[in-house]
Amino acid sequence: MLTIQTRRCLGLALMFGAFTLPAWAQTVKVDGPWVQATVAGQKATAAFMKLTADAPVRLTGGKTPVAPVVEIHEMVMDGDVMKMRAIEGGLPLEAGKTVELKPGGYHVMLIDLPKAVEVGQNVPLTLTFTDAQGKTFEVAVEAPVRPLKRGHEKKSGHGM
Amino acid sequence: MTKYYLHRRFALALLPLALLLSACEKVSPPAAFHATEIREASFGRELRLPDTEGRVRTLADFRGEVVGVYFGFLQCPDVCPTALSRAVEVKQLLGEEGKRFRIIFVTVDPERDTPEVVRAYLDAFDPSFVGLVGTPEEVARTAEEFRVYYRKVPTGSSYTMDHTATTFVYNANGKLRLAVPHALSAEAFAADVRRLLAETAPAEPGR
Repeated sequence: MLTIQTRRCLGLALMFGAFTLPAWAQTVKVDGPWVQATVAGQKATAAFMKLTADAPVRLTGGKTPVAPVVEIHEMVMDGDVMKMRAIEGGLPLEAGKTVELKPGGYHVMLIDLPKAVEVGQNVPLTLTFTDAQGKTFEVAVEAPVRPLKRGHEKKSGHGM
Repeated sequence: MTKYYLHRRFALALLPLALLLSACEKVSPPAAFHATEIREASFGRELRLPDTEGRVRTLADFRGEVVGVYFGFLQCPDVCPTALSRAVEVKQLLGEEGKRFRIIFVTVDPERDTPEVVRAYLDAFDPSFVGLVGTPEEVARTAEEFRVYYRKVPTGSSYTMDHTATTFVYNANGKLRLAVPHALSAEAFAADVRRLLAETAPAEPGR
């Protein structure tokens, strides 16, 4: 038989446990993920989002049922020339600092699409992160598809 | 003495000539245009490539319109949709005059960008946009004529293209007038197009 006292203790212990749990397991908060629509025959697209890690980690890859190959890319302008590269070793995230993957910077590249990704679809995307100890963990999200033509999103504060 | 005097006279006489020459510089600073103004271009004089329907198109086909020529590729997830979305916005900002503004998209990745896919892609932005798909040799020649840089870069299992992201803008007489950088806003671009449309008023209704 448990006394009120012990029950209270147990309750507190559970509550405490629930609060401290997230501090043990590393997580990355993913906000506003979206994938750019493609037309039939277009073999690649990109996913954009905001990432906030609670510890220093790197975004090293991902998986999605819509594309067999997922790479983490960076776009840079070298004078007038646009260059796109896979980020060696992944995209570093600092603890508590939000990094936005957006047009004109970083993106998750989805390559060799077997079919078009269309507006209305929600693309399941599992992101792979690697922590300072080299341990990997995953965060799964669903990214809605946005149209190729971006004009109006800019004005409502999305995108760019 | 007289010799010295003559020298000075000569130098003074040269001054207006020097000023005139500097005013004739090919690329002048953006005095009134937001984009880089081009006066006498020794590049981009000719464009001759098949469109997505297989018809050979040249700049002469677009007289009466302000035309922006952009080099890009379809696997490009970033700057190309940004540039084409900006062009759509420019057209909207121009209102009624937007009917006289058109984008010509030249693929630098003809191996993957087939005419059908290029057509579908451009339709997602504006069906009036023209897509040009040449053979790799034709694309190389065109890029050279425009002094456009492009290069295939392997990335993991696939490849990407580095490319010049400038939009080359012609006035309604088919003269290359502006190099619009990737970072220029739609508003500034639209203002420049409006100026170009004004400098070549619509052709007299000679039909």
